[in-house]
Amino acid sequence: MSHAVVSPIREPLITGNKTYHQITEDLCAPTEKAPGGAWVIAFMLSLMCMTFGVFCILWTIWFGIGSWNLNRTIGWGWDITNFVWWIGIGHAGTLISAILLLFRQKWRTGVNRAAEAMTIFAVMCAALFPGIHVGRMWVVFFFFPYPNTRGPLWVNFNSPLLWDLFAISTYFTVSLLFWYTGLVPDFATVRDRAKGIRKKIYGFLSFGWTGSAKHWQRWESLSLILAGIATPLVLSVHTIVSFDFATSVIPGWHTTIFPPYFVAGAIFSGFAMVLTLMLITRKVLHLEDYITIEHIESMNKVILATGSIVGVAYLTELFVAWYSQYPYEQFAFFNRAVGPYYWSYWGMMACNVITPQLFWSRKMRRSIFWTFLLSIVVNIGMWFERFVIIATTLARDYLPSSWSYYVPTWVEIGIFIGTIGIFFVLYLLFTRVAPVVAIAEIKSILKTGGNQYVGPNATHHHHHDHGHSDHGVQHAFQKGGDHAGTHDAAIAAAPIAPVVKEAVAEKEVEKVEAKSNDFDAAGNFIGKKDDLTKVEGIGPKVQEHLNNAGIFTWAQLANTEVSKIKSVLEAQGGVYARMVPGTWPEQAKMAHEGRWDELQKWQDELDGGV
Amino acid sequence: MASANKEVLFGLYDDEEILLTAVQRAKDDHLDIMDVYSPFPIHGLDPIMGLKESRLHQAGFIYGSMGTLTAFLFMSWVFTRDWPVIFGGKPYWSVPAFIPITFELTVLFCAIGMVVTFYTICGLGPGVEAKTLDDRITDDKFCIAFDTVGQSSSEIDKLKSFFSSTGASEVKTKVL
Repeated sequence: MSHAVVSPIREPLITGNKTYHQITEDLCAPTEKAPGGAWVIAFMLSLMCMTFGVFCILWTIWFGIGSWNLNRTIGWGWDITNFVWWIGIGHAGTLISAILLLFRQKWRTGVNRAAEAMTIFAVMCAALFPGIHVGRMWVVFFFFPYPNTRGPLWVNFNSPLLWDLFAISTYFTVSLLFWYTGLVPDFATVRDRAKGIRKKIYGFLSFGWTGSAKHWQRWESLSLILAGIATPLVLSVHTIVSFDFATSVIPGWHTTIFPPYFVAGAIFSGFAMVLTLMLITRKVLHLEDYITIEHIESMNKVILATGSIVGVAYLTELFVAWYSQYPYEQFAFFNRAVGPYYWSYWGMMACNVITPQLFWSRKMRRSIFWTFLLSIVVNIGMWFERFVIIATTLARDYLPSSWSYYVPTWVEIGIFIGTIGIFFVLYLLFTRVAPVVAIAEIKSILKTGGNQYVGPNATHHHHHDHGHSDHGVQHAFQKGGDHAGTHDAAIAAAPIAPVVKEAVAEKEVEKVEAKSNDFDAAGNFIGKKDDLTKVEGIGPKVQEHLNNAGIFTWAQLANTEVSKIKSVLEAQGGVYARMVPGTWPEQAKMAHEGRWDELQKWQDELDGGV
Repeated sequence: MASANKEVLFGLYDDEEILLTAVQRAKDDHLDIMDVYSPFPIHGLDPIMGLKESRLHQAGFIYGSMGTLTAFLFMSWVFTRDWPVIFGGKPYWSVPAFIPITFELTVLFCAIGMVVTFYTICGLGPGVEAKTLDDRITDDKFCIAFDTVGQSSSEIDKLKSFFSSTGASEVKTKVL
């Protein structure tokens, strides 16, 4: 029911007094309109980057990975740096949709769809690099264990590199299934508004979805379990990526802190990328009512938390290197800070540890400009982090005679630019094809997150403007034949006029006596209305019924006898008739007298206001 | 499962709370609801409608267990029976090293199995034609549907008066 207890201090997550229909209109609009000039330019630019990237990949395959300037000492350069960077970015989507679902964080509904899409595209970009960095891409299927003619000689199941293959394939598959299952009901919404060829396409994509109660029940069950298994999965993926380094014997890599530190870093960079994209998306697609400052602040808090974890991890590494008295370990960190690649180390420190601390300020967290700027800074910083860990560590190995320095060639830089192109081409297409914000999920939180229901400016206006039509009876009366032109045979709604009269008459009887100057000459309430839903047990609908019965303020409610409230409710029938309003006048009294702490304490003990 | 050519009498409501009240009333009046359709999942609807909890998560557990066994037994067989190799001085049957892949396949089997089961039991899939009663059900209408095949006109009148008294904004028929 709608009587969910909502904290009075929560900011609304949907602004603009949206109705269900308005939500559909707003969120379907980008898929129904021709793209604007900015989109076309961005798409062409991304396509160019992608084309150049494909060219560089072909170049690599033709000439070999020697064209990347890698050498015997530095075997991993930009390739694995980019791989880890993209995988990290791919962590935010599942975190938002899975972990925040389990934690019942409602703000995830504004951003989960786009973040999940981003995850899938980022993992695709990431998966490219292990494929091409082996050089002979045409035998890349050797990665997979398959019955073969070599013995059969199997792959090494004990190797972290193979674990990585399994982790990333699983992660990609599960993310894709999760994302698409969420999209099916929204594709159905687009389908039911579309005509002609679009209706056919979305009919195919929506799998025949009707919105049946049993289907919704199973859909929710499926979403919850997928979230439940995706949560350890997302943690396992970056843990296993960190094993690629942590299980080695390279100083600076074989540290036990790597798994949690990599996971925190992944979430950190993932949220930064989500913010970069969402700030642009919300502006271009006019989604400010659905991705509010509240959403942005929540994500900035996650960035601050994970960024601080990453910072502590950096310092812990330094401490352990010193404390262990192990010269090779000490040298690895000394080399990072003052060696030939010192600039990347200090770039990493500045971008990842120092600047995100600005988010301790609420002003910064809620500033679009600073959020955008810092999200870019974090993206850069997290790329530096991977470069520091990989290239600078390899550059100074055990044998000074083999020390080396590495500068990427245009081919390797081109492939990185190419993956950015691939990512944006896919993302831009996504914004035109699918609703960027999950329509059904936004609708399901409207009554607990809409600004007309919660927050300081809540008015609780119900979505049909003539709020007096309880049970929509009057509505039916007025709109009876409005849609007679649809393909179905509209039946004139059976004799309802008497029912309407009855309902109105009952309300008249229950009108609570007017007093004070809150009423005009005609007896209409003109004073300041109170938010009656602060009383546990009263939801927006019940408030409407009370308003119709002439109860608008806490003071009025406090002075109304329980039996009187009961008769107002009974006149509505159904679930309202069975409500127990015994505590409402007393609760209203506390609200009226401003004894919020006491009320809060009491409401914690109450169960649904009883 | 759904038989062909159902005659459906359905009412559209403007709000999920009105719909919930109506479903409760239908239950009290012993009316046999065919289905309820809505643009988003309505919490509290399942118990009123008498829908049993989905057993999908039990299926998920079974699929996951199959993944666990497949991965673990397969790796064990490869490294102890089919082609034993010593890696890094570890025993052939190095159980801790099998954990990551075992975990990943558990999750993979569970997810794929559940999703396939979900679409199969719901009768959904690519190319399936949607049997929609009204295009606005995926937008902002909440629908209660009755199957009127074999119902007398007095029974149908009773359903119509149910809709009007519970506040349906529109009442229609459609052959599915």
